[in-house]
Amino acid sequence: MDHLDHPEYSELSEMDARVRALETLLTQKGLIDPRALDAVIERYETEVGPHNGAAVVAKAWSDDAYREWLLRDADEAIASLGYIGRQGEHMVAVQNTPQQHNMVVCTLCSCYPWPVLGLPPVWYKSPAYRSRAVIDPRGVLADFGVTLDDSVRIKVWDSTAEIRYLVIPMRPDGTDGMTEQQLAELVTRDSMIGTGVVSVPVSGGRV
Amino acid sequence: MNGAQDLGGGQNFGPVVPEPDEPAFHHDWERRAMAMTLAIGALGVWNIDQSRHEREKLPPATYLTSSYYRIWILALQNSLDALNLLERTDLTARTAEELVGAFSARASYERPTDTEPAFAVGQRVLTRRENPTGHTRLPRYARGRIGTIAAIRGAHVFPDRNAVPLGDRPDKTPEWLYTVDFAGTELWGEGSDPTLTVSIDAWQPYLQAVSG
Repeated sequence: MDHLDHPEYSELSEMDARVRALETLLTQKGLIDPRALDAVIERYETEVGPHNGAAVVAKAWSDDAYREWLLRDADEAIASLGYIGRQGEHMVAVQNTPQQHNMVVCTLCSCYPWPVLGLPPVWYKSPAYRSRAVIDPRGVLADFGVTLDDSVRIKVWDSTAEIRYLVIPMRPDGTDGMTEQQLAELVTRDSMIGTGVVSVPVSGGRV
Repeated sequence: MNGAQDLGGGQNFGPVVPEPDEPAFHHDWERRAMAMTLAIGALGVWNIDQSRHEREKLPPATYLTSSYYRIWILALQNSLDALNLLERTDLTARTAEELVGAFSARASYERPTDTEPAFAVGQRVLTRRENPTGHTRLPRYARGRIGTIAAIRGAHVFPDRNAVPLGDRPDKTPEWLYTVDFAGTELWGEGSDPTLTVSIDAWQPYLQAVSG
């Protein structure tokens, strides 16, 4: 068991006991199989995560035909790389440009493209983000240390149905010679939600 | 339902606290809570809209002071009670293969329809001003507002009818789904960021035509 403290929207103790009791009860009644829970956890903790989305973005940056496919039919373009599954049935990819920055939120719950980004981070599910993303997106971006020029339009996508959005961040300058693998390592989860931008590490030795 | 889940446009919730490289779970119980909720959901005794509605039916004070997976567990316990699941003998646990297989596959909410979409891309629409006591996916901040149809997304199961009380049979007749763009100034008034556009995905019953 871990004991990491998190300042917001996460807790331990009473819940630990409550969840253990519930799992025991449901197991005894034959409604769940604890080994099946282990397999689900394994999938969402290790196999499915933002590295999937980063591979999609890196391919879109490297391959114009793939980028056009992704923008036209994200379901099939993403499925072609093997990233299929629940909460990713109706994907839409939106592209950041020097003129428009895209940001994704679910003001009503926690809708998020699981097959490409994994499970959402705590802040994405928090009232602070869900309330403010639609009314003050530049303020939210400031919380992430991101400042956009005043002339850049902001488009916020509120996932109110089963459509799931993936932001294609802008490819940073100085990455012309990079392979898809190298590019994918630059792509952060936040940049694919729209609360971050992709940059090249100053001392990374790659440029 | 005008519940605590409908957070868009709320103020004074404090700053967003980013956590670089955040793990999927912070505590072991969160792992079990997530997987247990998915495993019970896979028994097929409720649908996604019913499960969302069970979470938003928690009292606002409980919803707003509970961590994310605590909300899941409280709603799961209420649902187990509502359906008397611990007494039922006709349900058996999903195996790991069944469970992971289901979550690795698509489960589309799009459905065939004989109808044609009532609205076209570029058309202006007015969102309905209504306050349903059941589940809805039309957020309060986007009710009674004029927007523009940006995309037609096909016909999908309509959540407001799909989220019937647990144990009842949902009506899955689909409705056309649109992405609707709203200017920030239309949603938030004169003080809004003039560069802001917010879009929602809205089913046809949420919308009516605007002349001109």
